[in-house]
Amino acid sequence: MSALLVSGLSKSFGDTAVLRGLELDVPERSLVAVLGASGGGKTTLLRLVCGFERPDAGRIAIGGTDVEGPGLHRRPERRRIGYVAQDGALFPHLSVAANILFGLDRPGRRDRIRAERLLELVGLPAAYAARPPQALSGGEQQRVALARALAPAPRLVLLDEPFSALDAALRAGTRRAVAAALAAAGATALLVTHDQSEALSMGDQVGVLRDGRLVQVAPPAELYRHPVDAALACFVGEAVLLDGEARAGAVTCPLGRLALSRVVADGPVRVMVRPEQIAVGPDGAAARVVTVSYYGHDASLGLVLADGTAVSARVGGAQALGLRPGAETWLVVAGPVVAFPARDL
Amino acid sequence: MLLPLLFTVAQAAGAPLPEAVQLLWRPLVGALLVNTIGLMLATVAVTAPVGVLCAWLVERTDLPGRRLFAVLAAVPLAIPPFITSYAWISLSSALQGFWGALVVVGSAYMPLVYLPVAAALRGMDPAIEESGRVLGLGPSACFLRLVLPQLRPALLGGMLLVALNVLVEFGAFALLRFRTFTTELYAQYRTGLVGPDSALLAVVLLAFCLLCLALEQAVRGGGAQASLTRGARRPPARYRLGLARLPALLVFGALAAATLGVPIGTILFWLTRHDDDATTAAGVSAARLLDATLGSLSLALAGAATTVLLALPLGFVTVRYPGRLATLLERTAYLGQGVPGIVVALALVSLAIRLIQPLYQTAPLLIMAYAILFLPLALVSVRSAFAQAQARLEEAGRVLGLPPLAVALRIVLPLAAPGLGAAAALVFVAVVTELTTTLLLSPIGTETLATTVWADTTTLAFAAAAPYAATMMALSLGSTWVLARRFGRVLG
Repeated sequence: MSALLVSGLSKSFGDTAVLRGLELDVPERSLVAVLGASGGGKTTLLRLVCGFERPDAGRIAIGGTDVEGPGLHRRPERRRIGYVAQDGALFPHLSVAANILFGLDRPGRRDRIRAERLLELVGLPAAYAARPPQALSGGEQQRVALARALAPAPRLVLLDEPFSALDAALRAGTRRAVAAALAAAGATALLVTHDQSEALSMGDQVGVLRDGRLVQVAPPAELYRHPVDAALACFVGEAVLLDGEARAGAVTCPLGRLALSRVVADGPVRVMVRPEQIAVGPDGAAARVVTVSYYGHDASLGLVLADGTAVSARVGGAQALGLRPGAETWLVVAGPVVAFPARDL
Repeated sequence: MLLPLLFTVAQAAGAPLPEAVQLLWRPLVGALLVNTIGLMLATVAVTAPVGVLCAWLVERTDLPGRRLFAVLAAVPLAIPPFITSYAWISLSSALQGFWGALVVVGSAYMPLVYLPVAAALRGMDPAIEESGRVLGLGPSACFLRLVLPQLRPALLGGMLLVALNVLVEFGAFALLRFRTFTTELYAQYRTGLVGPDSALLAVVLLAFCLLCLALEQAVRGGGAQASLTRGARRPPARYRLGLARLPALLVFGALAAATLGVPIGTILFWLTRHDDDATTAAGVSAARLLDATLGSLSLALAGAATTVLLALPLGFVTVRYPGRLATLLERTAYLGQGVPGIVVALALVSLAIRLIQPLYQTAPLLIMAYAILFLPLALVSVRSAFAQAQARLEEAGRVLGLPPLAVALRIVLPLAAPGLGAAAALVFVAVVTELTTTLLLSPIGTETLATTVWADTTTLAFAAAAPYAATMMALSLGSTWVLARRFGRVLG
């Protein structure tokens, strides 16, 4: 059964259509990440599911119960969902424990043990229970917000860019803790984010929101390797796009004759290669190094092929040390590549 | 600054203890206490819910015309309570006493609750309430369990300010013939009974005032609930009032009618009735009106200039060289906020008579009283003005080769100017509408708008008072409007 089923959801603000007939199915006990550009309607989607706003059209069902539809609007407090806001939105006048137990009935709100169990679930020491939320770091506040959302055992937890307010050092750790807590609680979750690495690393399924619709919903690896179009390929990661000619399951392009992961109709195509598929080798397509951005563990190379096409490649840090701008080298492509019909762009 | 306070306390302490106890343990003092404290509690009890309701309606609902109501709810602050009481009392003498006093000070001081609560509601992160809703709370439970606790500092602060203002109010109560500590002190002054007796009364009043002030500071300082919000926020969702719009509009309409309609309407009414029996022998002449206006203006300008000049070094030191001494100086200055004008005036009168006779009933003494009373008002703006001109900007100027004086003229002054202007304007408005100290200390022969209104109203010459009251209100409302338009952002 679906924990969340959204169909035909539309919403406009003034003349701007933010969502246009969005469809989404979140299976139980899974984490679906919705990836979209800033201002692309991600937060609107969450606010509609929460019931903070009303859609112009469409239906929403949570745990098999209709909560939104023509002539139907169930209020937020009666939807039995959990919600983690961008910056946690902890209640500043209550202790950590009181925050966590806030959504429970009166006897539940006095259950210290429960607060401590939930703290443990999100990976925080029980001693935090009595502290004021102001004494916690941003990442810890975010975990408390998750514990608060999980406490009433909701049918669905919604996370609105929960890590965007954290700095890079805190983000990875908080992400892991949140994913682990959600899994341990057996919760179903919908996460929206504009950070593609966050969506890919956390989601069981990742949906890409564009022009008010989900253009593709797929497991992270599938989405990264087989995006449905070139624009999506660029959106979920770095991509090198080249013109080519497809014939019999392979494609000929400035990087040579490459194997296709999926067969396309013969004819002119756009070829998508991920920079990490491109390696510097002793033979292959001739190229000249233009820029070297050295990151330590690896490096990003900007190169020009013999015919003037610009490409980029990711190589190991050690290998990059031998390369200087102006150096002549050769490029080979590892693994199959993706081709889109040329009319696509 | 401290001199009048210390003098009053010393004068009170001069009385032998048994005598002092006897003086304080009189039915009169008991009655004054009951009147003053009773009215104070009643006013707080009325203004707090009304202020919160208005703030919530304006900030959190789709009330039609809420921007207009936001202004209307704050404007009564610019009308001095003795003008409001003049308006009510001239409607019906039945409004004398407790209930009239409650209506007058309640409508005059409601903004003191409304303004901080509205600001707190505006500053509240809507995500907090949304989180509460998702956790299963309905709108009313949300208000009780989440909104109200967060409003507490603002609400308590506002309530204490209302209490403090009721304690120090004089003119309104005198006109309404409602006896409180301040009116009793004035009566004793008029009958020449200024001595240990009145000093003792003043000390009792002072104790209550300083208690309120201390509590207010404590509430404001309690920053344990500092917001957790970072970054940008969406504007708060507004509740749809639906059918409740009508009663909400009625509440606001009635409120505006009571707090603004009555004072303005009554003054306009009396303005049209010149040759009535409600005029004085002196009558109303353009010359006298001009005299009084000039008297008010010159005193207000001198008061504003002096007060801001005094606030300048104090503000600069507290911003740039924070330390124990600076804090002490600042705290002392803020005492002025909690000191009744009548106590300062009486102390200065006694001081002048005993020690500096030539100063008695001269303009400098009056301006000194203004400076004592309104220094806190000026200091708030001056402080924030200097905080705008950060030290590192000055350093940047020095590094660019400017000598200190040029830095002061080209960097500090332009940055601080709006704040200093705001400070001067605030004091200006406060002096124009001030009655008590002006009444006691103004030089013989000097008439101001406030004293003229007072003189005419106490003799029931309502029509005669009207032009002065109208001029005064126009001055006050006008400068408040200019202040809000020009410096609103600075005062934030």
